Amino acid sequence: MTSTLDQSKEQAPPRASWPAPPASNGDGSQTHTALSMADALAALAKGGPDPGPAWLQQRRLAAITHAATLGFPTTQDEEWRFTRITPILHLPLHPAKAPARRLTPEEIAPFTFGLDSHRLVFVDGHFCAELSSLPAHGGDLQAGSLRAALAGGAPELERHLTRCASDQVNAFTALNTAFFQDGAFVCAGAGKVIAQPVHLLFLASAGEAGATAHVRNLILAGPGSEMKVLETYASLSDAQHFTNAVTELVLGAQASLDHCKIQEEGARACHVAAIHAQQGKSSRWTSHSISTGAHLARNQIQTLFQAEGGHCVLNGLYLARGEQRVDHHTVVDHAQPHCESHEFYHGVLSGRAHGVFNGKIFVRQDAQKTNAKQTNRNLLLSDEAVIDTKPQLEIFADDVKCTHGATVGQMDEEALFYLRSRGLGLERARQIMIRAFASDVVERIPLQPVRAHLNHMLTERFKDKE
Amino acid sequence: MELLDIRNLSAGVEGKPILKNLSLSLKAGEVHAIMGPNGGGKSTLAQILAGRSDYVVTAGSVLFLGADLLAMKPEERARAGVFLAFQYPVEIPGVNSTYFLRAALNECRKARGHAELAPVEFLKLVKERSKILELDPDLLNRPVNVGFSGGEKKRNEIFQMAVLEPKLAILDETDSGLDIDALKTVASGVNKLRRPDNATLVITHYQRLLDYIVPDFVHVLVDGRIVKSGGKELAFSLEERGYDWLLEEPAEASVGP
Repeated sequence: MTSTLDQSKEQAPPRASWPAPPASNGDGSQTHTALSMADALAALAKGGPDPGPAWLQQRRLAAITHAATLGFPTTQDEEWRFTRITPILHLPLHPAKAPARRLTPEEIAPFTFGLDSHRLVFVDGHFCAELSSLPAHGGDLQAGSLRAALAGGAPELERHLTRCASDQVNAFTALNTAFFQDGAFVCAGAGKVIAQPVHLLFLASAGEAGATAHVRNLILAGPGSEMKVLETYASLSDAQHFTNAVTELVLGAQASLDHCKIQEEGARACHVAAIHAQQGKSSRWTSHSISTGAHLARNQIQTLFQAEGGHCVLNGLYLARGEQRVDHHTVVDHAQPHCESHEFYHGVLSGRAHGVFNGKIFVRQDAQKTNAKQTNRNLLLSDEAVIDTKPQLEIFADDVKCTHGATVGQMDEEALFYLRSRGLGLERARQIMIRAFASDVVERIPLQPVRAHLNHMLTERFKDKE
Repeated sequence: MELLDIRNLSAGVEGKPILKNLSLSLKAGEVHAIMGPNGGGKSTLAQILAGRSDYVVTAGSVLFLGADLLAMKPEERARAGVFLAFQYPVEIPGVNSTYFLRAALNECRKARGHAELAPVEFLKLVKERSKILELDPDLLNRPVNVGFSGGEKKRNEIFQMAVLEPKLAILDETDSGLDIDALKTVASGVNKLRRPDNATLVITHYQRLLDYIVPDFVHVLVDGRIVKSGGKELAFSLEERGYDWLLEEPAEASVGP
């Protein structure tokens, strides 16, 4: 078995078994060149990443095989039924180069929200030490670039990296494993309460279409630790760049982790992200996913209760307008008894935007005394906006409490009338109601500067028309 | 000029008539009470005056200070000085009470040709008016009506009225769900806000509220019509005799002495 990526390409399955490019005009003619998985593998491997230690090289090779076998998902695939990835396949994907010039602290300031935090800044997927502020070495918190951690031979990496997020299910995750360049490695020591939040900031500066950043993060919350992690994505240009991010979270027993992801990339960007958590005994995970940017955004958010007594809260807010596509697929796997999950997603869609929410809850046979709740509420502000919302409960235990509910609707008329009866114009009353609906999710985020940033964004986006 | 002049109003919902040829007029400085059994159309009248679009007016007119009230949007009515204290105030999660009230007040002030109130002046006003209603100022940091008790919601309605200073206040069953102490507070709030240039229309099922907000006129609304009008003593006869005796009498044409 060879160990470099270039050679491994040769070992991929023959081209004939890969799926055909999905884009055609129906009459057989093709106007765009859509990428096949083979093209993608070849293109991304060129000038590919530092392969890392031997164990990682092996995992990367396996991931390439999985990617090739899986192929890019199509709408025939149940998990991708409502989301066409054609916009990604029409991009000339290639690994994003290290930024040509250094960004200044002033340039990144708007993206830090004035948050007092440890900060790791990545530009086009490359770590920027000079813009980052890392915790002191050897303290309660370890945080730095994943690449540096790999080079340093951190022992936790082999144990956990690529172990939460499976490469055998999602081709984008497999591609990420195969080609990730860098990302964050964050580890809170056992029993440590990390006072300052950790901000992972991912900026895209590349001007080229198809510049791809495969971002990989590993976050370990040691037993009994407490930590807040903020993961944000934004673009500095209007380029058609592609972010393919995977974040793996491992929560030890009694660990408490608040993870907030905010995706505000440019209007022409494509964003695919997966967040996979594994929860130890009586651990508490809170996830917030705020998605407002990108032309196409897909978020896969999953947790697996590996032991009893776990608790998780999944909050989400997606805003889409124009031709935006935003897709959240969540999975809560109640594999063990006495665990509790609460899911709370709100969406606001206007223009010709298309939203997808798919919330899967598994309750395994032994998972008695499970308590699982899920709500997804959507506001459609135009006749052409679309939401596909699907709760999916698969329950194999008999002593459980599971509830779910999804609403798709227009504004609460009673409330609108109440506001108007006090003198507020219809348009203004509507904007106030939309902001209230959205900020319901924002208010659940524990970091005040982040809430302030998002509420400001909501005020700008749904401006009072007086 | 009448402050409010309702002439031969007929209205209903989904083809079902509720108000039938109803006439009523109020002058500035007056307090009128509308009493009557449930289902008679009291709340419908209040909702129509505030501009709820669920009801269809089939005949008649409503003039407010000489202007065609029915042609105005709900917010235009509010800005012109119509205020409805809701029977069931709506909870609006995510909308801060103070923000909402300040926005509403400034809309009304602009429409009335006054400058907007700066936050500091507004807070001063809020402090002063919340005292009249003995309203916990902490409630105003919460979303509109969310987590308010029934009594707090009603008090909050009258507090909003105290801030917005309408010309015509319509109190729709403001007494329902209030204990006697809360009732007294709310009533004394309403009385303190009485001025020679405004009027109040009190809609109630029970005479109890009228012990504290003493009306100049009492009207009995049964089956969409005003079947009897009189002075405050009419309320006492209703308390004693109920409404049934009125149903046998022919409807009175008078619209108040």
